Amino acid sequence: MYNSKAVIAGIVAFLVICTSPFWANFGSGDYKKPEVVLPKKPECIESAEFMRAEHMQLLNEWRDQALRHDNRQYVSSTGKKWEISLQNTCMKCHNDYEQFCDKCHVTNNVDPYCWTCHILPKGSK
Amino acid sequence: MNKNRRSFLKVAGLSVFALSSGATAFSSAAQAMVSPGTYEPAPKELKAKRWAMVIDTRTFRTADDYKAIIEACHAAHNVPDIRSKADGHEDQEIKWIWTDSYKHAFPDDLNEHLADRVKKRPFPLLCNHCTNPPCVRVCPTQATYQLPNGIVTMDYHRCIGCRFCMAGCPYGARSFNFVDPRGYLSDPVPNPEYPTRMIGVVEKCTFCVERLAKGLMPACVEASEGRILFGDLNDPESTVRKALAENYSIRRKPNLGTQPGVYYIV
Repeated sequence: MYNSKAVIAGIVAFLVICTSPFWANFGSGDYKKPEVVLPKKPECIESAEFMRAEHMQLLNEWRDQALRHDNRQYVSSTGKKWEISLQNTCMKCHNDYEQFCDKCHVTNNVDPYCWTCHILPKGSK
Repeated sequence: MNKNRRSFLKVAGLSVFALSSGATAFSSAAQAMVSPGTYEPAPKELKAKRWAMVIDTRTFRTADDYKAIIEACHAAHNVPDIRSKADGHEDQEIKWIWTDSYKHAFPDDLNEHLADRVKKRPFPLLCNHCTNPPCVRVCPTQATYQLPNGIVTMDYHRCIGCRFCMAGCPYGARSFNFVDPRGYLSDPVPNPEYPTRMIGVVEKCTFCVERLAKGLMPACVEASEGRILFGDLNDPESTVRKALAENYSIRRKPNLGTQPGVYYIV
Protein backbone atom coordinates (compact mmCIF):
# COMPACT_ATOMS: atom_id res chain seq x y z
CA MET A 1 0.00 0.00 0.00
CA TYR A 2 1.28 3.40 -0.96
CA ASN A 3 2.08 5.58 2.08
CA SER A 4 0.57 2.94 4.31
CA LYS A 5 2.03 4.26 7.56
CA ALA A 6 0.45 7.70 7.22
CA VAL A 7 -2.84 6.26 5.93
CA ILE A 8 -3.23 3.76 8.76
CA ALA A 9 -2.21 6.35 11.37
CA GLY A 10 -4.75 8.71 9.86
CA ILE A 11 -7.53 6.12 10.00
CA VAL A 12 -6.70 5.29 13.61
CA ALA A 13 -6.67 8.98 14.58
CA PHE A 14 -9.99 9.49 12.79
CA LEU A 15 -11.63 6.57 14.60
CA VAL A 16 -10.34 7.72 17.99
CA ILE A 17 -11.60 11.26 17.48
CA CYS A 18 -14.98 10.09 16.17
CA THR A 19 -15.57 7.73 19.04
CA SER A 20 -14.04 9.98 21.70
CA PRO A 21 -17.45 11.01 23.19
CA PHE A 22 -18.17 7.36 23.89
CA TRP A 23 -14.79 6.84 25.59
CA ALA A 24 -15.09 10.08 27.52
CA ASN A 25 -18.44 9.02 28.96
CA PHE A 26 -17.49 5.41 29.45
CA GLY A 27 -17.96 4.43 33.05
CA SER A 28 -19.13 7.88 34.13
CA GLY A 29 -22.35 6.46 35.50
CA ASP A 30 -25.76 5.66 34.11
CA TYR A 31 -28.27 8.20 32.80
CA LYS A 32 -30.26 9.44 35.76
CA LYS A 33 -33.87 10.32 35.25
CA PRO A 34 -34.32 13.91 36.38
CA GLU A 35 -36.38 14.27 39.52
CA VAL A 36 -39.13 16.73 38.78
CA VAL A 37 -41.07 18.37 41.57
CA LEU A 38 -44.69 17.53 40.84
CA PRO A 39 -47.43 20.05 41.54
CA LYS A 40 -49.64 19.43 44.56
CA LYS A 41 -52.84 18.92 42.58
CA PRO A 42 -53.04 15.24 41.67
CA GLU A 43 -54.75 15.46 38.29
CA CYS A 44 -53.47 16.72 34.98
CA ILE A 45 -55.53 17.09 31.82
CA GLU A 46 -54.46 13.62 30.69
CA SER A 47 -52.47 10.75 32.21
CA ALA A 48 -48.89 11.38 33.27
CA GLU A 49 -47.59 8.86 30.71
CA PHE A 50 -49.40 10.61 27.89
CA MET A 51 -48.28 14.06 29.01
CA ARG A 52 -44.68 12.96 29.41
CA ALA A 53 -44.55 11.58 25.88
CA GLU A 54 -46.86 13.89 23.97
CA HIS A 55 -47.09 17.28 25.73
CA MET A 56 -45.29 19.04 22.90
CA GLN A 57 -47.66 17.73 20.24
CA LEU A 58 -50.61 18.42 22.51
CA LEU A 59 -49.49 22.03 22.98
CA ASN A 60 -49.18 22.46 19.21
CA GLU A 61 -52.65 21.02 18.77
CA TRP A 62 -54.05 23.28 21.50
CA ARG A 63 -52.54 26.32 19.81
CA ASP A 64 -54.02 25.47 16.42
CA GLN A 65 -57.44 24.58 17.82
CA ALA A 66 -57.66 27.71 19.97
CA LEU A 67 -56.27 30.22 17.48
CA ARG A 68 -57.38 28.90 14.12
CA HIS A 69 -60.57 26.98 14.89
CA ASP A 70 -61.69 29.11 17.84
CA ASN A 71 -62.12 25.95 19.94
CA ARG A 72 -60.86 27.20 23.27
CA GLN A 73 -62.09 24.36 25.44
CA TYR A 74 -60.56 20.90 25.74
CA VAL A 75 -62.68 17.95 26.84
CA SER A 76 -60.26 15.38 28.19
CA SER A 77 -60.60 11.62 27.80
CA THR A 78 -62.20 11.52 31.27
CA GLY A 79 -64.77 14.13 30.20
CA LYS A 80 -63.40 16.99 32.29
CA LYS A 81 -63.36 20.41 30.59
CA TRP A 82 -60.30 22.64 30.52
CA GLU A 83 -59.65 26.09 29.12
CA ILE A 84 -57.02 25.85 26.40
CA SER A 85 -54.20 28.03 27.66
CA LEU A 86 -50.56 27.30 28.44
CA GLN A 87 -50.31 30.36 30.64
CA ASN A 88 -53.67 30.20 32.41
CA THR A 89 -54.27 26.45 32.63
CA CYS A 90 -50.97 24.51 32.54
CA MET A 91 -48.89 27.01 34.47
CA LYS A 92 -51.51 27.47 37.20
CA CYS A 93 -50.64 24.01 38.57
CA HIS A 94 -47.16 23.61 37.11
CA ASN A 95 -46.11 26.89 38.64
CA ASP A 96 -42.50 26.00 39.35
CA TYR A 97 -40.83 26.25 35.98
CA GLU A 98 -37.31 25.53 37.19
CA GLN A 99 -38.24 22.44 39.19
CA PHE A 100 -40.65 21.06 36.61
CA CYS A 101 -40.17 22.09 32.97
CA ASP A 102 -36.49 22.86 33.12
CA LYS A 103 -35.52 19.63 34.89
CA CYS A 104 -36.19 17.47 31.84
CA HIS A 105 -35.50 20.10 29.23
CA VAL A 106 -32.03 20.78 30.60
CA THR A 107 -31.22 17.10 31.06
CA ASN A 108 -32.26 16.37 27.49
CA ASN A 109 -30.68 19.52 26.11
CA VAL A 110 -33.84 20.93 24.59
CA ASP A 111 -34.48 24.64 24.66
CA PRO A 112 -38.11 25.47 23.92
CA TYR A 113 -38.73 29.18 23.49
CA CYS A 114 -42.21 29.30 25.00
CA TRP A 115 -41.16 31.89 27.56
CA THR A 116 -40.01 34.59 25.18
CA CYS A 117 -43.72 35.42 24.89
CA HIS A 118 -45.67 33.38 27.44
CA ILE A 119 -45.29 34.60 30.97
CA LEU A 120 -43.90 32.39 33.67
CA PRO A 121 -45.62 32.46 37.04
CA LYS A 122 -43.88 34.92 39.39
CA GLY A 123 -42.60 37.62 37.09
CA SER A 124 -41.82 37.65 33.44
CA LYS A 125 -38.17 38.58 33.20
CA MET B 1 -53.23 -3.30 -30.27
CA ASN B 2 -56.65 -3.06 -28.73
CA LYS B 3 -55.76 -5.63 -26.11
CA ASN B 4 -52.47 -3.90 -25.30
CA ARG B 5 -54.17 -0.59 -24.72
CA ARG B 6 -56.78 -2.28 -22.54
CA SER B 7 -54.20 -3.97 -20.36
CA PHE B 8 -52.15 -0.78 -20.19
CA LEU B 9 -55.19 1.18 -18.98
CA LYS B 10 -55.95 -1.49 -16.39
CA VAL B 11 -52.47 -1.29 -14.93
CA ALA B 12 -52.41 2.50 -15.11
CA GLY B 13 -55.79 2.79 -13.40
CA LEU B 14 -54.80 0.41 -10.66
CA SER B 15 -51.51 2.23 -10.10
CA VAL B 16 -53.19 5.63 -9.87
CA PHE B 17 -55.70 4.22 -7.40
CA ALA B 18 -53.00 2.61 -5.29
CA LEU B 19 -50.86 5.75 -5.26
CA SER B 20 -53.70 8.14 -4.49
CA SER B 21 -55.15 6.05 -1.68
CA GLY B 22 -51.68 5.71 -0.21
CA ALA B 23 -51.20 9.48 -0.45
CA THR B 24 -54.49 10.24 1.31
CA ALA B 25 -53.74 7.73 4.03
CA PHE B 26 -50.35 9.36 4.51
CA SER B 27 -51.66 12.92 4.60
CA SER B 28 -54.49 12.07 6.99
CA ALA B 29 -51.99 10.30 9.23
CA ALA B 30 -49.90 13.47 9.24
CA GLN B 31 -52.91 15.52 10.33
CA ALA B 32 -54.16 13.01 12.89
CA MET B 33 -54.55 14.47 16.33
CA VAL B 34 -52.50 13.17 19.17
CA SER B 35 -54.83 14.04 22.03
CA PRO B 36 -57.37 11.52 23.27
CA GLY B 37 -59.84 14.30 24.10
CA THR B 38 -62.00 16.53 21.94
CA TYR B 39 -62.24 20.27 21.32
CA GLU B 40 -65.17 22.62 21.53
CA PRO B 41 -65.80 26.39 21.57
CA ALA B 42 -65.53 28.17 24.91
CA PRO B 43 -68.88 28.02 26.74
CA LYS B 44 -69.32 31.77 27.26
CA GLU B 45 -68.03 32.79 23.85
CA LEU B 46 -69.75 35.73 22.14
CA LYS B 47 -70.67 34.76 18.61
CA ALA B 48 -71.30 36.77 15.46
CA LYS B 49 -71.33 36.24 11.73
CA ARG B 50 -69.32 39.40 11.10
CA TRP B 51 -67.86 41.41 13.98
CA ALA B 52 -67.69 45.15 13.36
CA MET B 53 -66.95 48.29 15.32
CA VAL B 54 -68.66 51.68 15.16
CA ILE B 55 -66.83 54.64 16.72
CA ASP B 56 -68.93 57.69 17.50
CA THR B 57 -66.25 60.34 17.01
CA ARG B 58 -68.68 63.16 17.84
CA THR B 59 -68.40 62.29 21.52
CA PHE B 60 -64.62 62.58 21.60
CA ARG B 61 -63.04 66.01 21.42
CA THR B 62 -59.35 65.88 22.26
CA ALA B 63 -56.65 63.24 22.07
CA ASP B 64 -56.89 62.97 25.87
CA ASP B 65 -60.41 61.59 25.50
CA TYR B 66 -58.88 58.59 23.79
CA LYS B 67 -56.17 58.09 26.38
CA ALA B 68 -58.23 55.82 28.64
CA ILE B 69 -59.17 53.65 25.67
CA ILE B 70 -55.63 53.32 24.36
CA GLU B 71 -54.32 52.60 27.84
CA ALA B 72 -56.97 49.94 28.44
CA CYS B 73 -56.06 48.20 25.19
CA HIS B 74 -52.32 48.39 25.67
CA ALA B 75 -52.53 47.21 29.28
CA ALA B 76 -54.79 44.27 28.34
CA HIS B 77 -52.33 43.09 25.70
CA ASN B 78 -49.00 43.99 27.29
CA VAL B 79 -48.16 46.46 24.53
CA PRO B 80 -44.89 48.18 25.47
CA ASP B 81 -44.28 51.93 25.42
CA ILE B 82 -40.84 51.95 23.84
CA ARG B 83 -40.58 55.74 23.94
CA SER B 84 -40.79 55.65 27.74
CA LYS B 85 -37.13 54.66 28.00
CA ALA B 86 -34.31 56.88 26.70
CA ASP B 87 -32.10 54.20 25.20
CA GLY B 88 -31.81 55.13 21.54
CA HIS B 89 -34.97 53.30 20.47
CA GLU B 90 -37.27 56.29 20.89
CA ASP B 91 -38.08 56.18 17.17
CA GLN B 92 -39.74 52.80 17.72
CA GLU B 93 -43.41 52.43 18.46
CA ILE B 94 -45.71 49.47 19.05
CA LYS B 95 -49.36 50.38 18.77
CA TRP B 96 -52.64 48.52 18.58
CA ILE B 97 -54.86 51.60 18.77
CA TRP B 98 -53.73 55.19 18.35
CA THR B 99 -54.98 58.57 17.17
CA ASP B 100 -54.27 60.66 14.10
CA SER B 101 -55.73 63.64 12.26
CA TYR B 102 -58.56 63.51 9.73
CA LYS B 103 -56.08 64.41 6.98
CA HIS B 104 -54.03 61.29 7.68
CA ALA B 105 -56.87 58.95 8.55
CA PHE B 106 -59.08 59.74 5.55
CA PRO B 107 -56.72 60.97 2.82
CA ASP B 108 -59.18 60.31 -0.04
CA ASP B 109 -61.87 62.48 1.40
CA LEU B 110 -60.21 65.87 1.72
CA ASN B 111 -61.76 69.14 0.92
CA GLU B 112 -60.39 72.47 1.99
CA HIS B 113 -63.57 73.67 3.59
CA LEU B 114 -64.33 70.85 5.97
CA ALA B 115 -65.96 71.84 9.22
CA ASP B 116 -63.37 72.52 11.91
CA ARG B 117 -65.02 70.05 14.26
CA VAL B 118 -64.13 67.27 11.78
CA LYS B 119 -60.86 68.63 10.45
CA LYS B 120 -59.30 69.29 13.86
CA ARG B 121 -60.64 66.28 15.70
CA PRO B 122 -58.32 63.34 16.41
CA PHE B 123 -59.54 59.98 15.14
CA PRO B 124 -58.88 56.67 16.86
CA LEU B 125 -57.24 54.23 14.46
CA LEU B 126 -56.81 50.50 14.75
CA CYS B 127 -56.78 47.40 12.58
CA ASN B 128 -59.86 47.56 10.34
CA HIS B 129 -60.43 43.80 10.23
CA CYS B 130 -61.13 44.06 6.53
CA THR B 131 -63.41 41.70 4.67
CA ASN B 132 -60.67 41.48 2.01
CA PRO B 133 -57.54 41.79 4.13
CA PRO B 134 -54.39 42.41 2.06
CA CYS B 135 -52.20 41.40 5.03
CA VAL B 136 -53.68 37.89 4.96
CA ARG B 137 -53.07 37.58 1.22
CA VAL B 138 -49.41 38.51 1.44
CA CYS B 139 -48.47 36.56 4.59
CA PRO B 140 -46.21 33.73 3.40
CA THR B 141 -46.66 31.59 6.53
CA GLN B 142 -50.37 32.13 7.24
CA ALA B 143 -49.37 33.68 10.54
CA THR B 144 -52.06 36.28 9.83
CA TYR B 145 -55.42 34.80 8.96
CA GLN B 146 -59.10 35.60 8.92
CA LEU B 147 -61.58 33.82 11.18
CA PRO B 148 -65.05 32.98 9.83
CA ASN B 149 -66.49 35.75 12.05
CA GLY B 150 -64.50 38.39 10.17
CA ILE B 151 -61.73 38.93 12.71
CA VAL B 152 -58.25 39.18 11.20
CA THR B 153 -55.92 37.80 13.79
CA MET B 154 -52.41 36.48 14.22
CA ASP B 155 -50.57 33.38 15.35
CA TYR B 156 -47.31 34.86 16.61
CA HIS B 157 -45.76 31.39 16.74
CA ARG B 158 -45.78 31.36 12.97
CA CYS B 159 -44.65 34.93 12.28
CA ILE B 160 -41.22 35.02 10.69
CA GLY B 161 -40.97 38.81 10.77
CA CYS B 162 -40.86 39.33 6.98
CA ARG B 163 -43.10 42.41 7.32
CA PHE B 164 -44.95 41.78 4.03
CA CYS B 165 -48.16 42.41 5.99
CA MET B 166 -46.89 45.83 7.03
CA ALA B 167 -46.28 46.67 3.39
CA GLY B 168 -49.67 45.21 2.46
CA CYS B 169 -51.73 46.99 5.11
CA PRO B 170 -52.98 50.34 3.77
CA TYR B 171 -53.86 51.54 7.27
CA GLY B 172 -50.51 51.28 9.06
CA ALA B 173 -52.14 49.08 11.65
CA ARG B 174 -49.16 46.82 12.19
CA SER B 175 -46.06 47.24 14.32
CA PHE B 176 -42.80 45.33 14.14
CA ASN B 177 -40.82 44.43 17.25
CA PHE B 178 -37.34 45.66 16.38
CA VAL B 179 -36.37 45.29 20.04
CA ASP B 180 -37.43 42.84 22.74
CA PRO B 181 -40.68 44.31 24.11
CA ARG B 182 -40.12 42.79 27.55
CA GLY B 183 -37.54 45.46 28.35
CA TYR B 184 -40.22 48.15 28.12
CA LEU B 185 -42.90 46.47 30.21
CA SER B 186 -43.33 46.58 33.95
CA ASP B 187 -42.52 43.46 35.96
CA PRO B 188 -44.95 41.76 36.43
CA VAL B 189 -46.49 42.71 33.10
CA PRO B 190 -49.75 44.71 33.10
CA ASN B 191 -51.84 41.65 32.23
CA PRO B 192 -50.21 38.39 33.42
CA GLU B 193 -52.99 36.39 31.74
CA TYR B 194 -51.89 37.48 28.26
CA PRO B 195 -48.53 36.77 26.62
CA THR B 196 -46.09 39.38 25.38
CA ARG B 197 -44.49 39.26 21.95
CA MET B 198 -40.84 38.61 21.18
CA ILE B 199 -38.27 40.42 19.08
CA GLY B 200 -38.80 39.90 15.34
CA VAL B 201 -42.57 39.49 15.11
CA VAL B 202 -45.29 41.81 13.87
CA GLU B 203 -48.32 42.57 16.03
CA LYS B 204 -51.65 44.33 15.76
CA CYS B 205 -55.14 44.63 17.18
CA THR B 206 -57.05 41.31 17.25
CA PHE B 207 -60.51 42.70 18.11
CA CYS B 208 -59.83 41.10 21.53
CA VAL B 209 -60.58 37.63 20.23
CA GLU B 210 -59.41 36.19 23.57
CA ARG B 211 -61.85 38.40 25.49
CA LEU B 212 -64.76 37.53 23.19
CA ALA B 213 -64.06 33.86 24.00
CA LYS B 214 -64.62 34.68 27.68
CA GLY B 215 -67.84 36.54 26.97
CA LEU B 216 -66.26 39.99 27.36
CA MET B 217 -66.41 42.94 24.97
CA PRO B 218 -63.11 44.25 23.56
CA ALA B 219 -61.04 46.28 26.03
CA CYS B 220 -61.44 49.56 24.10
CA VAL B 221 -65.23 49.11 23.89
CA GLU B 222 -65.41 48.47 27.62
CA ALA B 223 -63.27 51.53 28.40
CA SER B 224 -65.18 53.81 26.02
CA GLU B 225 -68.36 53.81 28.15
CA GLY B 226 -70.67 53.31 25.21
CA ARG B 227 -68.94 55.60 22.72
CA ILE B 228 -67.50 52.68 20.78
CA LEU B 229 -70.01 50.08 19.69
CA PHE B 230 -69.19 46.50 18.83
CA GLY B 231 -71.53 43.90 17.38
CA ASP B 232 -72.64 41.69 14.54
CA LEU B 233 -72.84 43.50 11.21
CA ASN B 234 -74.97 40.72 9.74
CA ASP B 235 -77.66 41.08 12.40
CA PRO B 236 -80.08 43.94 11.55
CA GLU B 237 -81.06 44.18 15.23
CA SER B 238 -77.50 44.65 16.54
CA THR B 239 -76.35 47.92 18.12
CA VAL B 240 -73.84 48.53 15.33
CA ARG B 241 -76.42 48.11 12.58
CA LYS B 242 -78.84 50.42 14.38
CA ALA B 243 -76.13 53.06 14.85
CA LEU B 244 -75.16 52.82 11.20
CA ALA B 245 -78.78 53.07 10.08
CA GLU B 246 -79.36 56.23 12.10
CA ASN B 247 -76.10 58.12 11.52
CA TYR B 248 -73.81 59.12 8.67
CA SER B 249 -70.68 56.98 8.84
CA ILE B 250 -67.45 56.72 6.90
CA ARG B 251 -64.71 54.12 6.60
CA ARG B 252 -61.01 54.53 5.91
CA LYS B 253 -59.82 54.41 2.27
CA PRO B 254 -62.98 52.76 0.89
CA ASN B 255 -61.75 52.97 -2.71
CA LEU B 256 -59.17 50.25 -2.03
CA GLY B 257 -61.93 47.66 -1.76
CA THR B 258 -60.69 46.13 1.47
CA GLN B 259 -64.13 46.61 3.10
CA PRO B 260 -63.04 47.72 6.58
CA GLY B 261 -65.01 46.51 9.58
CA VAL B 262 -64.45 49.74 11.55
CA TYR B 263 -66.95 52.53 10.93
CA TYR B 264 -66.66 56.17 12.03
CA ILE B 265 -69.68 58.31 12.77
CA VAL B 266 -68.63 61.89 12.00
